[in-house]
Amino acid sequence: MSEKVLMKGNEALAEAAIIAGCRHYFAYPITPQNEIPAYMALRMPMVEGTFLQAESEIASINMVYGASAAGARVMTSSSSPGISLKQEGISYLAGAELPAVIVNMMRGGPGLGNIAGSQADYFQATKGGGHGDYHIIVLAPGNVQELADLTIRAFDLADEYRIPVMILGDGFLGQMSEPLVLPKPTGKKFDKSSWALSGAKGRDHHIVYSLRLTPEHALEELNIRLQERYAAISEKEILFDTYRADDAEFLLVAFGTSSRLCRNAVNILRKEGIKAGLFRPITLWPFPYDELEKAAEKVRMVLSVEMNAGQMIEDIRLALGKDKDIQSYGKMGGVVPEVDEIVEKVRSYGTR
Amino acid sequence: MARGEPEINPERCKGCELCVSACPEGILAMSEGFNKQGQVYSECIAPEKCTACMSCAIICPDSAIRIWRYAG
Amino acid sequence: MAQDNAKLVYDRPEALVDRAHHYCPGCGHGIIHKLLAEIIDDAGIRENTIIVAPVGCSVLAYFYLNVDGCEAAHGRAPAVATGIKRVHGNSKHVLVYQGDGDLLAIGTAETIHAANRGENLTIIFVNNAIYGMTGGQMAPTSLAEQKTKTSPYGRKVADFGQPIRACEMINTLEAPVFIERCAVNSVKNILKTKKALKKAVKNQVEGRGYSFVEILSMCPTGWGIKPVDALKWVEDAMIPYYPLGNFRDR
Repeated sequence: MSEKVLMKGNEALAEAAIIAGCRHYFAYPITPQNEIPAYMALRMPMVEGTFLQAESEIASINMVYGASAAGARVMTSSSSPGISLKQEGISYLAGAELPAVIVNMMRGGPGLGNIAGSQADYFQATKGGGHGDYHIIVLAPGNVQELADLTIRAFDLADEYRIPVMILGDGFLGQMSEPLVLPKPTGKKFDKSSWALSGAKGRDHHIVYSLRLTPEHALEELNIRLQERYAAISEKEILFDTYRADDAEFLLVAFGTSSRLCRNAVNILRKEGIKAGLFRPITLWPFPYDELEKAAEKVRMVLSVEMNAGQMIEDIRLALGKDKDIQSYGKMGGVVPEVDEIVEKVRSYGTR
Repeated sequence: MARGEPEINPERCKGCELCVSACPEGILAMSEGFNKQGQVYSECIAPEKCTACMSCAIICPDSAIRIWRYAG
Repeated sequence: MAQDNAKLVYDRPEALVDRAHHYCPGCGHGIIHKLLAEIIDDAGIRENTIIVAPVGCSVLAYFYLNVDGCEAAHGRAPAVATGIKRVHGNSKHVLVYQGDGDLLAIGTAETIHAANRGENLTIIFVNNAIYGMTGGQMAPTSLAEQKTKTSPYGRKVADFGQPIRACEMINTLEAPVFIERCAVNSVKNILKTKKALKKAVKNQVEGRGYSFVEILSMCPTGWGIKPVDALKWVEDAMIPYYPLGNFRDR
């Protein structure tokens, strides 16, 4: 049994990336994720890896693109405004079918916003973010252990599907210290020799590109291939968690930091004899539509609790349709929902 | 003076005439007919005057010219 | 066609893929591609070379050079090349091919910082004073009073500033080991360009650091003149503002 260590979320994530075999990390400082570049600056030289503080978020995502094209496991991290700057690069990664891990420790927006934790980039993360018909896998950890575990998984998913994977945390999760057992590497091997840029020795030259102008390199064909891949991911890679949801009459739906508050609310409500439960999507894309539908089958009311204006509620509605009573409780601008208010929302509904 | 001859691939020629302007002997000219792309193309009109200096080939953006040099 | 005693003294280089390229008649890119292919052949590095192509007319350079290739988003070629180079180290040679809009407008930050880090790269900067691919708009290197699609009355310096001299700007930084401006508007200048490119590639192969070669090149279509007149325009209009020569050779 491995020993527990106490680590900040951002540092646990960074160490997990190194455990996963990531030896190239490019980023630009932005609060509230600065522990990640600081940790990488310290740690990468110890493992003969590359830490490079780029001139901008734009440059760093393009360094990620280059390193990935060269066949390396590579990561960048940022927070909301910086992630907006990276969107063009993420679209290029998607178009060139390159694996990469991108961390967004979300902060309040829009604009420069503030530096408190937030979940206001849900739409940006799950609906594409940049230009073109594409998706990235979005993983939403709910605690520091999961932050580390999902980082390991993110690298495997990225390599398996040749797709960018985003770890969508927030400022609170990144700054929070919790005990965890550092994960082990999965040891999975991915053969990149058919496409990575390593010099055209004894083979045709490889080209990493997304410009497709001619019938022999048809853009539609790429898009069809991507959509087939997205369908396969949606089929196989859904992750979610439930808490006291089996007999629930009231189902809270929340991810990341807001799901932690919901667990407390569920416990309080249960003590009062109100049958509350929690459904927590871990993959936000692909979203667990069918799993949520099943979990919500018998509930009277579904309450989406988010640190935004109620963005995930659109996916909840897609999963549950119009017949179910779906309510939203969201706090914006880096404000955390109050457990008491969550409890009251359910309690008042339950007694009416 | 060395002697030689340019071998011009009319199908690769886009008719830019840079070779014509670069030839010190003035022995390149544009064709009267067209290639398959419908372009006029460069031709050597006096190969016996070619010195195999390679100027035409060096300036050709389309790599449409090879140069032969004759021994002796 | 040749006689029995004939010897082939000039042929297309092996590293240049045997296909027609998409460039307009008289475009300088074809000449520069050929020079790069010759240098790759001469140095015997085809199997260890990776070219990073920009957004712009030369984006398809990776189809014409028989080496591994990578497309970069507009302006980001030095960042992409940095990523590739940091993975492979000096076992692979990364050629970064960029135009003037790419290198000096949208990608200025990446240009400066890759140079300042002294990344062991070879930058090939093709300056034709115009945006070719998008149809002839004003570039950061368009000359004062130059007419383009977006400066129909001529580039007004009061509104758009003076054209930027890349070599002189890069020359203010400590790290670069080689900086030279050349042109491909004459046989003589093409041969000088080849020499500079050869040195810039050699520097990288030997792990010496960042080399920057600016090449004044023709865009007859964008300039709206005949290819032969474009050679002269480089000579008469561009070279006086962008003086040719070596700025640094360490």
